Amino acid sequence: MAILVNKDTKVLVQGITGAYGGNHARWCMQYGTQVVAGVTPGKGGQKFEDKVPIFNTVAEAVATTKADASMIFVPPPFAADAILEAIDAGVRLVCCITEGIPANDMIKVRRVLDSQTKTRLVGPNCPGVITPGECKIGIMPGHIHKPGRIGVVSRSGTLTYEAVGQLTALGIGQSSCVGIGGDPVNGTDFIDVLRLFNADPNTDGVIMIGEIGGNAEELAAQYIKREFKKPVTGFIAGTTAPPGQRMGHAGAIISGGKGGANDKIEALRSAGVKIAPTPSDLGTTLKSML
Amino acid sequence: MNIHEYQGKDIFRKYGIPVPKGIPMTDPAGAKAAAQKLIDETKNEYVVVKAQIHAGGRGKAGGVKVVKGADAAQAAANEIFGKTLVTHQTGPAGKKVQRLLVEQGLAIERELYLAVVLDRESRRVTFMASTEGGMDIEEVAAKTPEKILKVFVDPAVGVQPFQGRQLAFGLGLTGDAAKELGQIVTALDKIFMQEDCSLIEINPLIVTKDNHVLALDAKFNLEDNASFRHKQWDEWRDLSEEKEVEVEAKAAGLSYIQLDGNIGCLVNGAGLAMATMDIIKHYGGQPANFLDVGGGATKEAVTKAFKIILSSPTVKGIFVNIFGGIAQCDTIAAGVIAATKELGLSVPLVVRLEGTNVDLGRKMLAESGLKITAVATMGEGAQQIVAQTKGA
Repeated sequence: MAILVNKDTKVLVQGITGAYGGNHARWCMQYGTQVVAGVTPGKGGQKFEDKVPIFNTVAEAVATTKADASMIFVPPPFAADAILEAIDAGVRLVCCITEGIPANDMIKVRRVLDSQTKTRLVGPNCPGVITPGECKIGIMPGHIHKPGRIGVVSRSGTLTYEAVGQLTALGIGQSSCVGIGGDPVNGTDFIDVLRLFNADPNTDGVIMIGEIGGNAEELAAQYIKREFKKPVTGFIAGTTAPPGQRMGHAGAIISGGKGGANDKIEALRSAGVKIAPTPSDLGTTLKSML
Repeated sequence: MNIHEYQGKDIFRKYGIPVPKGIPMTDPAGAKAAAQKLIDETKNEYVVVKAQIHAGGRGKAGGVKVVKGADAAQAAANEIFGKTLVTHQTGPAGKKVQRLLVEQGLAIERELYLAVVLDRESRRVTFMASTEGGMDIEEVAAKTPEKILKVFVDPAVGVQPFQGRQLAFGLGLTGDAAKELGQIVTALDKIFMQEDCSLIEINPLIVTKDNHVLALDAKFNLEDNASFRHKQWDEWRDLSEEKEVEVEAKAAGLSYIQLDGNIGCLVNGAGLAMATMDIIKHYGGQPANFLDVGGGATKEAVTKAFKIILSSPTVKGIFVNIFGGIAQCDTIAAGVIAATKELGLSVPLVVRLEGTNVDLGRKMLAESGLKITAVATMGEGAQQIVAQTKGA
């Protein structure tokens, strides 16, 4: 069953006619994802790869194709608007891949998200969501995944691949993998994903990868302690990061003495999470808990 | 991006937030005339000479002087200009003063603290105020958190007058000062959103002897992601405040931060780049940099990245750690080969390639004739590069 997406998920792509969006739409289709529509304002009526209809608006795309998920590749200046358009059209799941959206735009998007219950946003600045063997919405390399029963949730794209690669090499498959993104204001958080994994009968354990900045990991640790029933392996990137420096991700910064890796590691440990000693031990640490 | 205090005060003036009269300069020779002008205008002989650097703690480091008369102002300017200030925010190397601000002196009754930040937990713009002005806010937060007042702004309606009153009365202000604080709060919310800030800090915000409120300082962090809609930021940017190599890297679309160690790292993805530093340290090495070549890295960007690492005199070994998703292994390999062709390779190079087009990337490196230790995992790679650089 997995979480968020499966073989029946119908995906529309906002920004399908850009080079980046087009390539990834194609790769998702090759993976088996049902890409049913594209949206590019002004290009309605055209077709992508001679088969996927393109619409001017998300509302039109949803009405015609019954798409229930969206993958956004729209450039940063227009990305917040694209997310709001998808929310307005009632799309169930919106994965925003775009990196570099101004935080103030995301504060407003977040306000709109919080005022409704129909749409869930994953990202922005994230690799997306995959249920191996069924549906890939995002930019992760599909071939490293293997269907199975371990969930992966991470703020970092490449560290998600790292975890998945290690699991697959050990013969351990994944139920679903969710990249929640590296921005300070995002849609879905660790707790949201952990809740879904907790309720998913096809997920037996979870790898959770955090990084410096903010306190999402600490909040997740409280939730794990309180309610989470399955084994969790954790890793926090940035133990060696200097304070006050933005480490690539907009959200990865230790500021005002807050958001350091050690506090997060301690919080997770006290919640029963087994911390991988190095990022190269994610798979083996999880395996030791099964 | 950071800007100078005098630039922040220009923004304050534009939005109607009261600030002292002041004159910025890049040449200290103008200090006497500037001070005299302020003295004539304000009928007050006291002026303040302030170093303009992108770091807090200037006062304690000797970068701020209150003096009487224009001659004394000139002497203070001569002393501060060109001096290297070391504060808790500059790092041990300190920062050289290349700009000054000469300001009118004021009769201060109280010093307060007021800041606007993005609160990540509530996902809202948040005002923080404290009666402990002039002090380090982190210290106040740690020792007396009850002295910090907070109001959270609903982005649908912006900050409201009642929230300004909550802060004003919470800070114990009365009369004109209370009203003025309300106006300042409204203006700050506008500035934060319209100018795309990630932090505005006024420390201290002062109440004068005649009960008026002024911003005596202005610390701004501007939100880098919003630079596309603020063309004037290019003019505000002071490149001399940034490390040359980091500016160069940024221009090439790379995310690069110089560190103290000797193992250069070339990685894709911010999380993996941080984790690579962590694992090098775990095995007893010291990373020389953080470098994320990004997802859509071109051959040119990778070449540039590898050249930056190769040109660093402190680098005694290089670890390339790639898990190609969007980034493709063959592109990375092509960049590494192009850079070494131009600059040569005299230090150990350990390469771990995984992900999209991995076979092609590995083949290109194997056929390049470069002396490379190819490894299968990042753990193995980190151990290899630490072993190969030991004693170097």
